[in-house]
Amino acid sequence: MELTEKKQLKLKAVNVRKGIIEGTFNAKSGHPGGSLSIADILTYLYFKEMKIDTANPKWEKRDRLVLSKGHAAPALYAVLAERGFFPVEDLKTLRKSDSYLQGHPNMNYVPGVDMSTGSLGQGISAACGFALASKIEGNPYNVYAILGDGEIEEGQVWEACMFAAAKKLSALTVIVDNNDLQIDGTVEEVNSPYPIPEKFAAFGFNVIEICGHCFDEIEKAIEEAKACEDKPTAIIMKTVKGKGVSFMENQVSWHGSAPNAEQYAVAMAELNAAEEELKK
Amino acid sequence: MADIIKTATRDAYGKALCELGEKNDKLIVLDADLAAATKTGMFKKAFPEKFYDCGIAEGNMMGIAAGLAASGYTVFASSFAMFAAGRAFEQIRNTIGYPHINVKIGATHAGISVGEDGASHQCCEDIALMRTIPGMTILNPADDVETRLAVLAAARLDGPVYMRFGRLAVPRVFDENYKFEIGKGVYLNEGTDVTIIATGLMVERAIQAVELLKSEGISAALINMATIKPIDKDIIIDAAKKTGCIVTAEEHNIIGGLGSAVAEVVAENCPVPVTRVGVEDVFGKSGPALELLEIFGLNAAGIAAKAKKAIELKK
Repeated sequence: MELTEKKQLKLKAVNVRKGIIEGTFNAKSGHPGGSLSIADILTYLYFKEMKIDTANPKWEKRDRLVLSKGHAAPALYAVLAERGFFPVEDLKTLRKSDSYLQGHPNMNYVPGVDMSTGSLGQGISAACGFALASKIEGNPYNVYAILGDGEIEEGQVWEACMFAAAKKLSALTVIVDNNDLQIDGTVEEVNSPYPIPEKFAAFGFNVIEICGHCFDEIEKAIEEAKACEDKPTAIIMKTVKGKGVSFMENQVSWHGSAPNAEQYAVAMAELNAAEEELKK
Repeated sequence: MADIIKTATRDAYGKALCELGEKNDKLIVLDADLAAATKTGMFKKAFPEKFYDCGIAEGNMMGIAAGLAASGYTVFASSFAMFAAGRAFEQIRNTIGYPHINVKIGATHAGISVGEDGASHQCCEDIALMRTIPGMTILNPADDVETRLAVLAAARLDGPVYMRFGRLAVPRVFDENYKFEIGKGVYLNEGTDVTIIATGLMVERAIQAVELLKSEGISAALINMATIKPIDKDIIIDAAKKTGCIVTAEEHNIIGGLGSAVAEVVAENCPVPVTRVGVEDVFGKSGPALELLEIFGLNAAGIAAKAKKAIELKK
């Protein structure tokens, strides 16, 4: 990837992270940790990869993205707003009783959201439905499903994986956000899903392991996924929960709590500094 | 008496799907390894390219149905009532009901008339579960004629529908002139002393109950209530006003099903006595289907007894 392009993506990702902080701070609740860990992959997909039309969010031939880890809604909303589906200003209404930005995504309220999610393990099944529809029509579009590493403890995930491989749903790319933390602790302590790549390989997936914050690696993985024509792909990406806000990084306590005014100021100052650095 | 035609509503479901397959290019039928029993196997044979077996994974099947439907397909997803409404309840609630996606759930083997398989497979809770999902339409046809019309109507409706079918061959109740409309109950008999409101295979048994009551000098009206949700309030209120008491009949737990739906409407609009015939909050058991229906009181005598109790309560 060219340096200027990478810089542009990094700048977009900083804005997405600001949107996450803005949303959760104003809501006084929400899930910043697991939102920040997927800011880079969402930025890459929505700004570089996916065929979408902000003027026609329901365009039939668009690429689809299912945020199976629906609690990371602040990240999805931030990237959709940044991409132009709705005003960035609206991110401040997250979780408010008069807002269309629900705590977990609703496809009928938010332009650009392809599937309502929130109950873990279910989004990947709907993504299989999208991928099957694409296959029936000759694979005109790709389908991305983003799952948490804790989420893959849900049995339904593996029902969906079995189906995806059995039906050769090559339009499907499953992305696992391996930030190593879930509500009750590290995924290893709670109910270890490791080793993750081996599990997906055993289920018949094309498996790629990357760093989820490195645009070069993300680009290479997505290209490989698209080139794979006989099976679905799983991209297992190592990430840092809370990535980009120093005091939130690798802290399980930031899974489901919002920054207060003081923390908000520190987070925004850090992100503004990152932006300035990139603009140099 | 002419020969009575007996058909299981699951058979009529399979046939109706084949009829739909002829005219609808964007139709997909899913099953969870029960195609031979749910009768989606008929569709599979006729339209193999429009049929997908999801294997023994009902929750996943509901999500796949949602994704396909959100891509513009009319999707029928089938399994036994126990595994569709029961096991996959939360998938239906969150991935089909909440986004109000156009998925039709064809649930067969409902109620105790499953027979010999016993309680683990005799779902008497599905109507109660599905009724609590906002925007869900619930259809429980009485015979093969009504099943065909219900399936065709469900396919035309934009939104989620739960359709309840049985394993047991049941007598035909309706002729070719029968008009079916989602959300409408239908008077099958007029009467003055009590109104029987029945659904599913209990409709034919309620027709027998009307005769039984007549022989005892009691005039019973009869309503076929194939749509459990949205429930036809107008016809219930009309019946309450005309006969002053109601007895409901369903092959389902008396908690949460047709009886509850009718009692809710009556209590809030025109309080009169309501008695309920159904499975009395117990699990089923193994046995021949017809024998079980007798054992659990799901017969004309059972309806007549509860009808008389409702009349008694008026006094």
